[in-house]
Amino acid sequence: MSLQVYIPADAAAVALDADSVATALQAAAVRRGVDITITRTGSRGLHWLEPLLEVATSRGRVGYGPVSVSDVEAILVAALNGSAHPLCIGIVDDLPFLKRQSRLTFARCGIVDPRSLDDYVAHDGYKGLTRALEIGAAATITTVTTSGLRGRGGAGFPTGIKWDTVAKTDAAQKYIVCNADEGDSGTFADRMIMEGDPFVLIEGMTIAGIATGATQGYIYVRSEYPHAIATLNAAILAARRGNKLGRNVVGSSHHFDLDVRVGAGAYVCGEETALLDSLEGKRGTVRAKPPLPAHKGLFGCPTVINNVLSLATVPIILDKGAEFYRDFGMGRSRGTMPIQLAGNIKHSGLFEIAFGITLGELVDNIGGGTLSGRPVRAVQVGGPLGAYFPRELFDTPFDYEAFTARDGLIGHGGIVVFDDTVDMAKQARFAMEFCAVESCGKCTPCRVGSTRGVEVIDRIIKDDGRLANIELLKDLCNTLKFGSLCALGGFTPYPVMSAITHFPEDFGITPPSRQAAE
Amino acid sequence: MNGYLAWDETAARNVINALKAKPGALLPVLHELQETFGYIAPDAEPVIAEALNISRAEVHGVVTFYADFRTTPPPAHQLKLCRAEACQAMGADRLAERATARLGIGMGESSADHRVCLEPVYCLGLCTVAPSAMLDDRIVGRLDERKLDALLAEVER
Repeated sequence: MSLQVYIPADAAAVALDADSVATALQAAAVRRGVDITITRTGSRGLHWLEPLLEVATSRGRVGYGPVSVSDVEAILVAALNGSAHPLCIGIVDDLPFLKRQSRLTFARCGIVDPRSLDDYVAHDGYKGLTRALEIGAAATITTVTTSGLRGRGGAGFPTGIKWDTVAKTDAAQKYIVCNADEGDSGTFADRMIMEGDPFVLIEGMTIAGIATGATQGYIYVRSEYPHAIATLNAAILAARRGNKLGRNVVGSSHHFDLDVRVGAGAYVCGEETALLDSLEGKRGTVRAKPPLPAHKGLFGCPTVINNVLSLATVPIILDKGAEFYRDFGMGRSRGTMPIQLAGNIKHSGLFEIAFGITLGELVDNIGGGTLSGRPVRAVQVGGPLGAYFPRELFDTPFDYEAFTARDGLIGHGGIVVFDDTVDMAKQARFAMEFCAVESCGKCTPCRVGSTRGVEVIDRIIKDDGRLANIELLKDLCNTLKFGSLCALGGFTPYPVMSAITHFPEDFGITPPSRQAAE
Repeated sequence: MNGYLAWDETAARNVINALKAKPGALLPVLHELQETFGYIAPDAEPVIAEALNISRAEVHGVVTFYADFRTTPPPAHQLKLCRAEACQAMGADRLAERATARLGIGMGESSADHRVCLEPVYCLGLCTVAPSAMLDDRIVGRLDERKLDALLAEVER
């Protein structure tokens, strides 16, 4: 009897011992004389069930999770006999958490072998590039623009317009740079794509290169992601061997190649101009704009710099058409967003859905509330520079403009849930502390203001001139917001001010001043 | 002890020469030197500067800008504890206090016997299985007192 089993090699599964589970399963199968094939996939994004072991059956993949080494023997018996097991969750594709999603960017993640080019092609891979070559560069850019795709890194700038600017700038050398410096706490979607479906990113970058006339691409990955780096490098080698990268890509007249570059533990390098400086071998300090990277980017050449998710979404847009993608979403936020549910949440993981779903729906219904079982008190949306939202704002739809209107941001789509034990003054202090640690030092408000911010919040917590210091903190936040070149200094006021506005009691102020704290 | 070579200028030159043709070679060079020797020796800076045709100040500026680059030999083990928001929401601060108390060192410090250093890390991307940690090359999710104590016992051995 032969058995096909899938076990994620995604870092979230590996951190919960997935490698040992795979080894133990292999050993158990050998002992029983079972012919077993274990394929290491990416993750389905059902992280509360990791390590999630899936067995191929005639009805689809049957899941078991969360699996520990001691469960392996019994699961093997259950899978062979088709008998029940307490960890069995049935057909994975039928789980409500997956059924409710619209998986476009993450269509293959958790399903395919991330290191197999053949598997990628067998699951509709490289259809986007084929289409792009048929319709030509100009129509490719028009398709991306018409789809309404906006930068998924957080800024939300229309991807097609960036490409068009680079395409129209004359230069002997142009670059495609992928920003994979995913440093925001609560976000891991880039990591999941790089570990679970790296070819979709490679294909997206190749399409970008051909459309804009760039021949070299760089993927700048943070050093905290060793598994992603290894998978990407393996996939790039496979793509080169399969003539999907290099000279005359897939037999066309276009050349495009890719290199992975590794960051070195600087959060600010997620800012696009600091990233470019870092790629050039310099300190990762922010550049003033203009010039835009599209005009003068890497090594002074026109450069498309896009987030992993933006580039990984391009293949499906080319394959299925701009209208198909644009029909998802609301307002000016078109398509889908891979939303990341993290922190103190029961059903943690990745949930890709059209823009427009409310924050409350995501946290309470899909996420199932807190893991600790205590009430949800605050959620931080959009990473360490995102605002803290209380329950009263849970009707906010997931949409770039709707979050901006409520003094927040969706950023890279991460949601971190906190229960009622959270101390919001401590969280505000941490935001300033983080800014002080990670500031590149170029702008004085960010470099000095963050340290002063920590001191002022300490005085507020100690009730040392509390009201005067709250005024001082607001003033300081304004200085940071308007006096910094990039989002690190400019957005650190979001978590700080939202904590004061929505949770004044944690700062020792009584709620009537809620309006005054505005 | 942890598989690193002792600092050696000739070996360093070989590492640098293999990479210096890359555009923007400094970060790849520094990573590779650290992989080889465990840290960026102060003596490496003028060698790198000469090979890449940049000033020693530029090299020093880059080495000291990035949190990853060490300028002293690493201890036998590096234990990184994530201190970012998603891990905070799951009790990371309490675990960090437990680790510092048990090892008798602060965050960012090395033990006197050079067995271990304790380092804060701001996000390992394991926010769904928080709190998270990394001991040398091994990642650990859903860190709790029991798992942390096991990691600490391992580094103290």
